[in-house]
Amino acid sequence: MSADTALCADPNYNFAYIDEQTKRMIRRALLKAVSIPGYQVPFGSREMPLARGWGTGGIQVTAALIGPLDRLKVIDQGADDTTNAVAIRSFFSRVTGVETTQKVAEATIIQTRHRIPERPLTEDQILVYQVPQPEPLRKLEPSEVETRNMHAWEEYGLMQVRLYEDIARFGHVATTYSYPVMVNDRYVASPTPIPKFDNPKMNMMPALQLFGAGREKRIYAIPPYTKVRSLDFDDHPFTVQSWTQPCTLCGARDSYLDEVIVDDSGGRIFVCSDTDHCEGRRELGHVGPAEDSERST
Amino acid sequence: MSATIDDMRARAAAPPAPILQVENVARYYGERVGCRDVAFDLWPGEVLGVVGESGSGKSTLLRCLAGLDTPSAGHIRFDDDGVLLDIHALPEPARRALMRRAWGIVHQNPRDGLRMDVSAGGNVGERLMDRGARHYGQIRARAADWLGRVEIDPARIDDPPRRFSGGMQQRLQIARVLVSEPRLVFMDEPTGGLDVSVQAKLLDLLRVLVRDLGIAAVIVTHDLAVARLLTDRLMVMKDGRVIEQGLTDQVLDDPQQAYTQLLTSAVLV
Repeated sequence: MSADTALCADPNYNFAYIDEQTKRMIRRALLKAVSIPGYQVPFGSREMPLARGWGTGGIQVTAALIGPLDRLKVIDQGADDTTNAVAIRSFFSRVTGVETTQKVAEATIIQTRHRIPERPLTEDQILVYQVPQPEPLRKLEPSEVETRNMHAWEEYGLMQVRLYEDIARFGHVATTYSYPVMVNDRYVASPTPIPKFDNPKMNMMPALQLFGAGREKRIYAIPPYTKVRSLDFDDHPFTVQSWTQPCTLCGARDSYLDEVIVDDSGGRIFVCSDTDHCEGRRELGHVGPAEDSERST
Repeated sequence: MSATIDDMRARAAAPPAPILQVENVARYYGERVGCRDVAFDLWPGEVLGVVGESGSGKSTLLRCLAGLDTPSAGHIRFDDDGVLLDIHALPEPARRALMRRAWGIVHQNPRDGLRMDVSAGGNVGERLMDRGARHYGQIRARAADWLGRVEIDPARIDDPPRRFSGGMQQRLQIARVLVSEPRLVFMDEPTGGLDVSVQAKLLDLLRVLVRDLGIAAVIVTHDLAVARLLTDRLMVMKDGRVIEQGLTDQVLDDPQQAYTQLLTSAVLV
């Protein structure tokens, strides 16, 4: 197998693009991150053949982890066929020659942007998040020195102020993505732009969760079976999004749905954001309500 | 004023322990002297004024007392319910926790003490949430109550402070500090930059609040009228040293030092 993959990998690059010393540096940061769940570990982020902000943090984490026997899945907005996912997948198959897959069940490493797969992950899998802004306090406190102190001293009143502001303005917590979580009862962390629908999946997840922010040069982690709690108020408990109709294609009522505009007259349908989940269900014979698409003018 | 004879008796009967003991505090900036040889005791419920011209070391002293700056020499001890803590010998997390729990700081410029794009309610509620309050309804009710106490219309609870006038911002800052019921408050020129009528209202408010809550306070000011109205005891600073201290009326009516005489004769108080 390894001989095969060596043949497939582009011989002009080191395995997984990054040189071995850099991989060691990233692995050291990863080990520290896993040891202190939720703590943001600085690392020497490298230039990648991709614009910063497009997933360079996730790519570096994946590159430091991946071996010739791994199977990689890349998710962008829940889908495998969007630009970012296609580009990153082809990048890794070129520089490592590893097998790629679109099926969650077959993957050993899943690099993701915006979603956690609907299918529960297992102990044999690693979920790598691409993180644009690792600092959950940044919107309220611009000083990096100050936010680091706040983490060190567990001064998280400010984070609660952000939720307070939401309720004061909108009557409910209007934050729907990057919803802050408390990891292992110690560090407040940003789960990156996943919808808050996915937050409960992070709690006690059997898979290892790694977060890489390339532009901000930070790595953090949530080890398997770690307590992750979404912040809330006693009288405004945390809730996730819900939809009035099921997925138009597969009829799922328990997955995260995307709204898709289908014509120029305002016709729209709701479909599963997780394409692998939706296809899997359709293969099993599930169908959606055929002509149930809502029309409004 | 609600201070009755009984209150005063109760206060007098309380065991006489100063809440803050300051011992030979000095702060040097290289060769230059910020302040030196400052020593005093502050008692619970007492308001101490620090006056002096600009550059005399008032603000440096206040920053050292409030734990924002580390003195070059000397000790500052805080009586935390019977336990005497040397605040600059404490590890930083413990000091921050103490500051959050027992102290408040009112800055001269409300912009330094407020979050300008967080609503008034959020500003007042932050201290409560810092200390673990997690019930939105209760936090909001207390914020509204405190806005009323500092004479801000509670209907403006959701407005950000940048839409408030200067005087309102300063009152909001005071509400934000006092909502957590600190035992010790530091104020740096609390009436600076406000016009005279607003100053008068603010002083009135501060006097009532400080007396009602029995808070000990250190107020730095260059305005002797403020000192006269608010403080029990006065320290006059010049060139980084305390040159005169005593009861406020005594110092202002019968100044002993030439510099204090100059200061009191310069304005009508």
